[in-house]
Amino acid sequence: MAGGLDGRGVGHLVIHGHSPVHRLAPETKVVSTFAFVICVALTPREQMWAFGVHAAVALSIVVLAGLPARVVLARLAVIIPFLTFAALVPFVAGGEEIEVLGIGLSRDGLWGAWNVAAKASIGATASIILSATTSVPEILRALTRLRVPKVLVSIMAFMMRYLDLLVDQLGRMRTSMTARCHDPRWLWQAKPIASSAGALFVRSYERGERVHQAMLSRGFTGTMPDLEEQATPGGDWARAALPPVVALAALLAAVML
Amino acid sequence: MSCTTIQVADLRFTYPGAHDSVLDGLSVSIGEGERVALLGPNGSGKTTFVLHLNGLLSLQSGTIRIGDLDMTDANLPEIRRRVGAVFQDADDQLFMQSVRDDVSFGPANLGVPRGDLDGVVERALDQVGAMPLIDRTPHHLSGGEKRRVAIATVLAMEPHALVLDEPTSGLDPVGRRELAELLAGLPQTQLVVTHDLPFALQTCPRSMIVSGGKVVADGPTREVLADAELLAANRLELPYGFDVSAL
Amino acid sequence: MIAMHAPDGFLEAPVALATAVIALVFVALALRVSGRELGDRQVPLAGIAAAFIFAAQMFNFPVAAGTTGHLMGGALAAILLGPWVGSLVVTVVVVVQALLFADGGLTALGYNVLNMATVTAFGGWAVFRLMRRFMPRNAAGVMGATAIAALVSVVLSAAAFSVQWLFGASAEVPFDTVFGAMVGVHVLIGVGEAIISALAVGAVLAARPDLVTGASDLDATQLAGGRRVGRRTFVLGGLFVSLVFAAVVSQFAVDNPDGLEKVAIDEGFIDSGRDHALDSSIFSDYATSGVGNETLSLAVAGVSGVLITLLVGLGLISAARQGRDRIAAS
Repeated sequence: MAGGLDGRGVGHLVIHGHSPVHRLAPETKVVSTFAFVICVALTPREQMWAFGVHAAVALSIVVLAGLPARVVLARLAVIIPFLTFAALVPFVAGGEEIEVLGIGLSRDGLWGAWNVAAKASIGATASIILSATTSVPEILRALTRLRVPKVLVSIMAFMMRYLDLLVDQLGRMRTSMTARCHDPRWLWQAKPIASSAGALFVRSYERGERVHQAMLSRGFTGTMPDLEEQATPGGDWARAALPPVVALAALLAAVML
Repeated sequence: MSCTTIQVADLRFTYPGAHDSVLDGLSVSIGEGERVALLGPNGSGKTTFVLHLNGLLSLQSGTIRIGDLDMTDANLPEIRRRVGAVFQDADDQLFMQSVRDDVSFGPANLGVPRGDLDGVVERALDQVGAMPLIDRTPHHLSGGEKRRVAIATVLAMEPHALVLDEPTSGLDPVGRRELAELLAGLPQTQLVVTHDLPFALQTCPRSMIVSGGKVVADGPTREVLADAELLAANRLELPYGFDVSAL
Repeated sequence: MIAMHAPDGFLEAPVALATAVIALVFVALALRVSGRELGDRQVPLAGIAAAFIFAAQMFNFPVAAGTTGHLMGGALAAILLGPWVGSLVVTVVVVVQALLFADGGLTALGYNVLNMATVTAFGGWAVFRLMRRFMPRNAAGVMGATAIAALVSVVLSAAAFSVQWLFGASAEVPFDTVFGAMVGVHVLIGVGEAIISALAVGAVLAARPDLVTGASDLDATQLAGGRRVGRRTFVLGGLFVSLVFAAVVSQFAVDNPDGLEKVAIDEGFIDSGRDHALDSSIFSDYATSGVGNETLSLAVAGVSGVLITLLVGLGLISAARQGRDRIAAS
């Protein structure tokens, strides 16, 4: 399920604060998040203690950033379908069986379930921390500084700007349809939804054309102007490196043992 | 001939693939510092005309002169600076992540150095009374706030003339009054495209009626609005209870 | 079972890395090719299209009796915007979903992008172009081709994931079970995607036909005229195809030598004692142990892989040709 925010867009992601995490330069946070998650994903599943270390690191950042636990947990709901899948694996997988509460479960399946559950939840927490402590403009600046192609960042920027508007518009379409007693439960009743989706696409496209005209009328000649250029504070790289370094240490220890 | 005059002669335009022409010999002459309202029903070609004034549609037939500049590709950048267009939907004009970025966009494109951008942005926002909004996200602004910020994005380019397309759409009565006051305080030549007749009366001493792609009336606003037959013939109507002669 | 927006650790590291590399290559190619168009007018359009796909994915459509599915949008994006821009747009959506919404793991971006953006856009485009040849040259024909393309794109996506599972499974669930379940479920989801995509394209064709890249060869009179494909034909045809598909696939997913397999074994086509077909180090032990019939599994994996590669390749060629024609025409 995409979004996972019950129809709300990007505007409500950031949880405002002034913690050390919030104040870090965004490009350091993006790199740090990726590095951390890579370490988690590479950790062999049998070394459960290593995941304990990873989880502790993630949790301590949640606390340091002052993020309310219930909000983080609510956003973690996006991985529930995979936790469900993970729960099924011991029943479905093959190989050696062990008895748990009188039921025969696949030994390997249990490990597989643990593997998915642990990595998914810690990985998701890392993303949640990033989006809760870094505003959308900061994320875009981070990607630009990390040399992501300008075209991609521009597409992302326009997407972020108009996502909330589109979500609102789509929501309003659904409301007005429900108000006219169209509450579809079966696929063939989806025609009005699909048609209004098509109409919304046309309107969105036309807005895109008008936005382009507005850009031209303010002097746009093909490349977005650089509005800001600040060097990344060196201390930020060092600070942001802490979580992945700890995770890396745990990973290496786990692999060696 | 100063820089702020708008001279349009015999403008004709048909959208690609369409049968009928939208502009059918439109001629307009606006002098320095004038405030002119362009009235007309929906579909009369007003927005198409606005797009022409910023060179956003290819000139098919007719001439446009902004001050001493003809509408040519070479002159486009300067024309777009001189004529600031404020479009109907403010969301189309506020496409950056923050108000500050949006207002910076125009001057940055004009080559204003990064160090001077902040000053330019703050001056523009000050002129429209929207300084407190400088770090806000466009999506979270109210209709009136978006309108003011949109005007600021254009003012930051230091235009000689402002063209506003339906500026009162979506505004409540207080918002409309505030907008009228704001426009009164700006020095630029103004062309206000609208079908909000009381607003035209409040802000523009001179009005033109556009119908069927050409100008069918041009005179003092008070006289134009008092001519009930003229209005009716062009699908324009004063609001209920509005009495021009009583003002 | 859902495996779209897969989280971290779902597939093993080598597969995650390999798919990431392939996805990056496609993105780089797409940027290069659509750079001309995206340089100027299309960036705000692509961004808003991305917002549209993102928003559309958030809202569920009913599938049956109150349960819901949601749109993937890859084929739709390709048909509306062309496969290069379409795949880029959906890539941006998938990346942002992972980065900001934790919907998909950051280390899973390789296969998530590949399955949800690349395979759907190019595979869907290839099927669309193929189907257009058999469909009437009018709006209904475009919608029909869209429907089939959308259905196949979703199934291809599921098949691609299953093939990836064969190489990088993280749990001991055999390939044939994964394939059977994934493809089976996604045939159903695909039907929903087919209908919604077709109707959406129809709505766009009615208002702004110039916005449908896949129909750019038809003018207004062509779109309006011609033989209309009946709605009942669609529904019945679609159901029939789905049923056949599901029947074949489910046979495969069943572990006991039943149905097809039993017949095959009895007739001596498959040697039930042979079990070295999948015994290769590149395949994940998890995905290959417990496989009901190894030769069949390998055949299915092979056919799927070849089909996906073929369709994506066709999509690329078609896209390249389309791009060249458009540049020649302008």
